Amino acid sequence: MTPARGLLYAASAMLAAVLLAPVLSLAVAAADGSGALWPHLAAYVLPQAIRDTFLLLAGVGILVIGLGTGTAWLVSAFAFPGRRLLDAALLLPLAVPTYVVAYAYLDLMHPLGPVQTGLRTLLGLRSPRDLSLPDLRSLPGCVLLLGFVLYPYVYLPTRALFLMRAGTLLEAARMLGAGPARTFFRVALPLARPAIVLGTGLALMEALNDVGAAEFLGVRTLTVQVYATWVNRSDLPGAAQIALVMLVGVVGLVALERLARGGRGYAGSGHRDRPTARRRLSGWRATLALTLGLTPVLLGFGLPAGYLVWATWQRLLGTGLPETLAAQALNTVFYASIATLVTVAMGLLVAASPHLLGRRSGSALIRAAGLGYAMPGTVLAVGLLAPLALLDNGLASLADAGLGWAPAVGLGTGAALVIAYTLRFLTISVGATEAGLARIPSTLPDAARVLGRGRFGTLLAVQIPLAWPAVLSGALLAFVDMAKELPVTLLLRPLNVETLSTHLYGEAARGTYEDGAASALLIVLTGLIPVALLLRLDRDAAPRQSRSDA
Amino acid sequence: MLRLRRFGCLMGISLAFALVGQAESAEVNLYTTREPGLIRPLLDAYTAKSGVTVNTVFVEKGLAERVAAEGARGNADVIMTVDIGNLIELVDRDLAQPVRSPVLEAAIPAPLRDGDGRWFALSMRARVLYADKALSDLNAATYESLAEPTWRGKICLRSGQHPYNTALIAAFLVRHGAEKTETWLRGVKANLARKAAGGDRDVARDIAADLCEIGLANSYYVGLMRSGRGGPDQQKWGEAIKVVLPTFEGGGTHVNVSGAVVAKHAPHREEAVKLLEYLVSDEAQALYAKTDFEYPVKAGVAVDPMLQALGPLTFDTTPLVEIARNRKAASLLADKVGFDN
Repeated sequence: MTPARGLLYAASAMLAAVLLAPVLSLAVAAADGSGALWPHLAAYVLPQAIRDTFLLLAGVGILVIGLGTGTAWLVSAFAFPGRRLLDAALLLPLAVPTYVVAYAYLDLMHPLGPVQTGLRTLLGLRSPRDLSLPDLRSLPGCVLLLGFVLYPYVYLPTRALFLMRAGTLLEAARMLGAGPARTFFRVALPLARPAIVLGTGLALMEALNDVGAAEFLGVRTLTVQVYATWVNRSDLPGAAQIALVMLVGVVGLVALERLARGGRGYAGSGHRDRPTARRRLSGWRATLALTLGLTPVLLGFGLPAGYLVWATWQRLLGTGLPETLAAQALNTVFYASIATLVTVAMGLLVAASPHLLGRRSGSALIRAAGLGYAMPGTVLAVGLLAPLALLDNGLASLADAGLGWAPAVGLGTGAALVIAYTLRFLTISVGATEAGLARIPSTLPDAARVLGRGRFGTLLAVQIPLAWPAVLSGALLAFVDMAKELPVTLLLRPLNVETLSTHLYGEAARGTYEDGAASALLIVLTGLIPVALLLRLDRDAAPRQSRSDA
Repeated sequence: MLRLRRFGCLMGISLAFALVGQAESAEVNLYTTREPGLIRPLLDAYTAKSGVTVNTVFVEKGLAERVAAEGARGNADVIMTVDIGNLIELVDRDLAQPVRSPVLEAAIPAPLRDGDGRWFALSMRARVLYADKALSDLNAATYESLAEPTWRGKICLRSGQHPYNTALIAAFLVRHGAEKTETWLRGVKANLARKAAGGDRDVARDIAADLCEIGLANSYYVGLMRSGRGGPDQQKWGEAIKVVLPTFEGGGTHVNVSGAVVAKHAPHREEAVKLLEYLVSDEAQALYAKTDFEYPVKAGVAVDPMLQALGPLTFDTTPLVEIARNRKAASLLADKVGFDN
């Protein structure tokens, strides 16, 4: 084994240990408990919690698949006025955290809010009693809300697939006489399956691990039960037990999906496919297409963001902006940027590991990289407490042993936050990089190998440069998620550090979330920058022809 | 590039200032589950007076876990939290240290602090009744009566798993025992007009919107809403309700506390005690009353007029420690009756 290879193995082994650390520490916590909680859970909690969780996931799943693929198809298969704009706008909900949307919508849709008040005025009704609309604080309300915010997770990869890969196949289908509907259902949809599954998986994990919106809307998911057990009964072992069972469930489902997919992949054929030639729409059809496409943008972004702008404006007139806003924004961008850099570096290592370490160890590492995203943020953060403390003490004893100084990376430091962000969102970077690498026809690295480059050299000189756009898009997505991140930040950040999201949460927790409206708006704006970059990146990567139409 | 360099310079300068600043002035580290907006005015006043820098981190869920994990090398000096259950948890997990302070003992009545000085209540809030203004005859309202069928479909409440409600259920448990509490809780559940969710202010908002007629919420929200500090909308909600101090049958009004402990491994123990002593001074207690609309723990410090107007507060005498010990049972009971379903 060459020294470089040894180093690589050592780095991977270390990374694997870090990835597994929170799960192990949760297992240790869980083993501390007696299991006495389970009869209670089985009798009073689980039947309802499992039902609500299932319905929530099923509902959100259907909604994000429908909205995500539908809109992706709309912008890639048709040409109509406003298409380019729509293409970009459909990503906007990514920038808004779900809990912010929940707060905004409750204000908007409450009987005293502008929507219902307006409706009553229109109908000439006086009391809210006379107009009883379904309450947003319900399971269906939560499903709708999460669905309209999370669909871009499906839209983004599916659209990329339609744009880049589907051209020839779709044209073939059309030439063979298939109508648009048939082409969509028989060719496009099966073709897009890996992308849809990837995006839906991310969206569902977001929905499953969400606490803010669910708690606020009164939906008792399993995750909310983990919190009730932990926070309200001081029963960390019990909470860790539920969390681990959930994690096993999630990991099992992911494995099942891989199994069902079998070995089928949709690797690139070597040449970049031509983009789909778009069907031109005009008249009422064009209007309909634009309206359909804009609806999710309006509901998932326009309304809540518009409301935030209005609320911030009101605040501005009333009490002015908080002085600490700039510091919060700087902190948010600072930690998210550093963690994004680390995440991308680790993501490259993990995604390339099947090429470097062999298929089996590589795919094990890839799966381990998904663990941090598969559990609720706070659970991950709690799982990290013990390992970070261990690290702290280890370094301290090193310092005592004669080094005299130890780097501050443990609990309560910014480094801890960076580590936690990386673990949480690594899978996003890995997934994007993996997809980018898979798109490279195997002939290219093979050629490099034949010409004498080693595996590592090939990766650096050929594969990574070719996959770079995908790597960057993963980085941007991870950055957006980090800038929005709340539970991990709340638990692990250093003294005197407030980010936009922790400030907003502090205000929301004491019921004055309007005071946090400016922070919420800045989170959205911070999220918009990478989303805009994402779009440019995407456009540059897309074949030239697509620019000419619409 | 130039910008980057300038940015680097700025960062360097501010870092230097931060280091120098830390070397010169005394400091104390506060870990808190209280929202920064609530305690910032108090801390700023303290810093202005004493010159001591108060470093804070607001951690909501998992504060105890974090302090426990940080262990002997931890930074926490003072740990501040709301709800007696959370306060006692810190003691139970051996994260607090005993403090002997004549100042604290003189200012805080004995039922509101630990005999061994391991926890101290700093302010109080009552769980009060918000009601539709049109309702009359509420002056003799009891917590027990909320289960009566006359209220069917008329009550709004936040989650039964929220510490404020858990503490109330726990107090009910101490007074009435498990069986009676379960019957009561089922009765209240049956009376709910909507899901037990949202926050305390939503109770007022939903009453204003005619979704329900009564509900329970904390006393300080009355002041926060009516003062207009939460904006004109909230002021309207505050004005739309009337507020009554309910009692337990033959008892007083349920009260919970905010409080603090000195961390077991506090690196600045002396400063920690000084901060606590400041927080029970007349000045700070008056600030608690004025900025947060809480009831001061110190006798003789005036309650805010807006709370004064609710009438005299008669505390329920159930010992706080008893309430804390029963919070797990109360939480399990809320599960059992499906309170939040």
